[in-house]
Amino acid sequence: MKGKSKEAEIKRINKELANIRSKFKGDKALDGYSKKKYVCKLLFIFLLGHDIDFGHMEAVNLLSSNRYTEKQIGYLFISVLVNSNSELIRLINNAIKNDLASRNPTFMGLALHCIANVGSREMAEAFAGEIPKILVAGDTMDSVKQSAALCLLRLYRTSPDLVPMGDWTSRVVHLLNDQHLGVVTAATSLITTLAQKNPEEFKTSVSLAVSRLSRIVTSASTDLQDYTYYFVPAPWLSVKLLRLLQCYPPPEDPAVRGRLTECLETILNKAQEPPKSKKVQHSNAKNAVLFEAISLIIHHDSEPNLLVRACNQLGQFLQHRETNLRYLALESMCTLASSEFSHEAVKTHIETVINALKTERDVSVRQRAVDLLYAMCDRSNAQQIVAEMLNYLETADYSIREEIVLKVAILAEKYAVDYTWYVDTILNLIRIAGDYVSEEVWYRVIQIVINRDDVQGYAAKTVFEALQAPACHENLVKVGGYILGEFGNLIAGDPRSSPLIQFNLLHSKFHLCSVPTRALLLSTYIKFVNLFPEIKTTIQDVLRSDSQLKNADVELQQRAVEYLRLSTIASTDILATVLEEMPPFPERESSILAKLKKKKGPGTVTDLEEIKKERSSDMNGSAEPASVNASAVSTPSPSADLLGLGAAPLANSAPPPSSSGSLLVDVFSDSPSAVAPLAPGSDDNFASPDLASSEVVSEEPADTVHDADELFHKFVCKNNGVLFENQLLQIGLKSEFRQNLGRMFIFYGNKTSTQFLNFTPTVICSDDLQSSLNLQTKPVDPTVDGGAQVQQVVNIECVSDFMEAPILNIQFRYGGTFQNLSVKLPITLNKFFQPTEMSSQDFFQRWKQLSNPKQEVQNIFKAKHPMDAEITKAKIIGFGSALLEEVDPNPANFVGAGIIHTKTTQIGCLLRLEPNLQAQMYRLTLRTSKEAVSQRLCELLSEQF
Amino acid sequence: MIHFILLFSRQGKLRLQKWYTTLPDKEKKKIIREIVQIILSRNQKTSSFVDWKDLKLVYKRYASLYFCCAIEDQDNELLTLEVVHRYVELLDRYFGNVCELDIIFNFEKAYFILDEFIIGGEVQETSKRSAVKAIEDSDMLQETVEEYMNKPAF
Repeated sequence: MKGKSKEAEIKRINKELANIRSKFKGDKALDGYSKKKYVCKLLFIFLLGHDIDFGHMEAVNLLSSNRYTEKQIGYLFISVLVNSNSELIRLINNAIKNDLASRNPTFMGLALHCIANVGSREMAEAFAGEIPKILVAGDTMDSVKQSAALCLLRLYRTSPDLVPMGDWTSRVVHLLNDQHLGVVTAATSLITTLAQKNPEEFKTSVSLAVSRLSRIVTSASTDLQDYTYYFVPAPWLSVKLLRLLQCYPPPEDPAVRGRLTECLETILNKAQEPPKSKKVQHSNAKNAVLFEAISLIIHHDSEPNLLVRACNQLGQFLQHRETNLRYLALESMCTLASSEFSHEAVKTHIETVINALKTERDVSVRQRAVDLLYAMCDRSNAQQIVAEMLNYLETADYSIREEIVLKVAILAEKYAVDYTWYVDTILNLIRIAGDYVSEEVWYRVIQIVINRDDVQGYAAKTVFEALQAPACHENLVKVGGYILGEFGNLIAGDPRSSPLIQFNLLHSKFHLCSVPTRALLLSTYIKFVNLFPEIKTTIQDVLRSDSQLKNADVELQQRAVEYLRLSTIASTDILATVLEEMPPFPERESSILAKLKKKKGPGTVTDLEEIKKERSSDMNGSAEPASVNASAVSTPSPSADLLGLGAAPLANSAPPPSSSGSLLVDVFSDSPSAVAPLAPGSDDNFASPDLASSEVVSEEPADTVHDADELFHKFVCKNNGVLFENQLLQIGLKSEFRQNLGRMFIFYGNKTSTQFLNFTPTVICSDDLQSSLNLQTKPVDPTVDGGAQVQQVVNIECVSDFMEAPILNIQFRYGGTFQNLSVKLPITLNKFFQPTEMSSQDFFQRWKQLSNPKQEVQNIFKAKHPMDAEITKAKIIGFGSALLEEVDPNPANFVGAGIIHTKTTQIGCLLRLEPNLQAQMYRLTLRTSKEAVSQRLCELLSEQF
Repeated sequence: MIHFILLFSRQGKLRLQKWYTTLPDKEKKKIIREIVQIILSRNQKTSSFVDWKDLKLVYKRYASLYFCCAIEDQDNELLTLEVVHRYVELLDRYFGNVCELDIIFNFEKAYFILDEFIIGGEVQETSKRSAVKAIEDSDMLQETVEEYMNKPAF
């Protein structure tokens, strides 16, 4: 009888529950059969979606029944309705223990299933020691071995620290040789997971897996009897073995390697054979093995021949009539695109992929096509790919628009040869999908326009034209407002875009915009007062109007009042200084990329990016001094918002970057020529002047160390980049470290067109430092031509641990003046780190060993950058230690381990970083065998987050 | 590994849920609601894979029932489809021409069969014979009078 309605069902169930409750409470003891019946009913009700809060005790009673079905229902109930009552757990564990010891394979199986199904920490505590014994015991039945292997795997996943490694591990590896294919199938999963965490210990599994795989691949389709699935020999086991092999690099032993290559070739060959059955199960199983083999080929990334064959195979699938295969081919090709051996081969499929973007009916498939286009993009096809993505964006599903916008923005920037193209692309993005253009994207276009003077005029003209549209997106108003405020003068000569026309155009949008945009426009207006004195009175009239001066919004009102005041009382000179053009932004990784990585999580994006970066030096890379004009700007700029990544502005006299407003005030209080208190800016502080940028190199021989700490700290977690830059000179670094040795290349770029004479860079170590750090440098040519770059090599040897950093002093004559500057050279103790992978157990053992209070240093500090787990991980790895996953019981914490190598000694270091998102704080703990090392590493790392 | 397996009808009624990761009940209910809705709203001609959070849903419809597995990124999608198919075959072999009602009224058997096939989200035994034999063996152990006549019928 089907309940007529929800109410009827509930009524019926409540009646049944009351009935069961009374039976359980009744005086008459229930027999096993009735207990089973009622417990089963409760389960049924629970699975219909109703809450069950009793019956646990009766279920536990069933566990000790000798009747199989009673026991079975009892276990099912316990597995499904896990209860944390400790008394019950004791009883349950007792019953499981009895069944494990019963030597009855059916009962043992039930007990193991229950442990695996519950999989709690309590279960692990009780049984993690016992199960390995069952697994490797000689007299254990095959079916029990299978359950034991996977049960152990489940416990290892939830509580790796509770599963003791030991003698059994080597015996587990040999299960790969077991006669029973079911045992091998189960064991391979366990071995794969263990090998991921302890690769050394399970290394022998590689050759065993290869020979097993080889036997399967070459067997006739009937050899494996029941393990042949629709004419495919043991597909599950094959895939698992191929997965296991992906935990390791290509085998070193040439014989094993040859055998594996043969297997992979056989699998690729089979794909070309006619199918043995028309059933979809046959092709799915066969292709599942094929895709896994291709994953392994890509993972090894060492056999060009196999890679190209894999690519061709996937190319065939791209046009297959099965949607599933097209989807998987696109996905798989994405990783293939990042291999240098197959990148070109992947590119040949561009038309097919573009076609997929246009014609696929399934959004998940189109999404894969977008991913692949992004992955195969390089300088040769960027224009085409970006154009296609923009096209697609017009009709793209809402769910993936933001991601496409980010991707287009990144590709346009990365492969822009012609920056007018870049500007056009971003404006198109705003036009087509303005709602999905995040701040990062439009901030970035402004950064780039400001940093590149060859595109400023074009940008001004283009935004001016775009703003003519009767309805334009608010993001366009923002970009337009900012750019015209900076560079409107470049197009003011044309009567069609005269100052007044520009102003009227912007102001016509004003009333339709949100408060932040209006605030930005007000700043544009004050910048216009400086750029175009002729429209000053018009602007003042606008600022003076009631709707501004008496605006209900405090921010707008204050801006109007203060800008009006500034325009009235400040002299032209002061106005010109205060409202000067924005200085170039310091170089940094695109914040858009960071956003995309965050969106996609680690993995694909990062890997592709890194590899691509190496392949084609993008505009941000390399140390060409003139490529992008990054200068040592001391103005706190919108960078505070743009950053996202945490690279601090290159500042030598700047106040710490504040997250939101009040930057203008800070600048003025810092500056000797403070005029009038300006409004605390909101997000857009572009009215802030470039007061100090010209002071970095003074005319007088200055002898101060450019203690740009923030810049220095930037190098703690990375090895390459720009160390210093002012209007004359750019210093770039590239360095590499190995154990206690290192080599640093310093690039000095003359940014001017005049020669530097007597150019003498010197590396200075204090007395203390000299004894612990050996540095050798070669002198450089004393003349540096205008626009030229010279290079200096520093050989580094770390003798013992050290605190300070060496100082790089540079003296030279430029024009008539003597220049003298010093910067800290970022050679820090952590550069001599070697990462150490270790199991959770080892980690905690060592952690305990270093419990002397002098060995531990702890620091609690406020987060200076957004608390993003992926960025944090990258920083810890950049710091040099290994990032140990799943070691800390709290998954939000980060744990690392490594060894500092010095000539005299090696120092083991453990670190633990605990973020507190709510309080925006971190607690960092360092434990090493040496107090000074703990201290120094803690100092260095604390500055990174 | 497989994170969870859901069986539900075209009307969105959940028929079986199996979780290989530990989650609070509330979270499970939320996930079920979300996933049933995602899958039911997909067209017939689409692929069998959907990105969902950091997992991937692999699903297939058999008659009136949807079978959906959530797997990790590096897991093999095609083979997961065959996991589903093999499970259907196992059910079929046990029940003989399995239908939705078999799973509703013999839900415990459906769970037991699944346990013989998959543990902890990994395939344990792929041989049809071995897996069904385990269940049939256990049925032999049953009391002779097996009546589920009194089972509540909704």
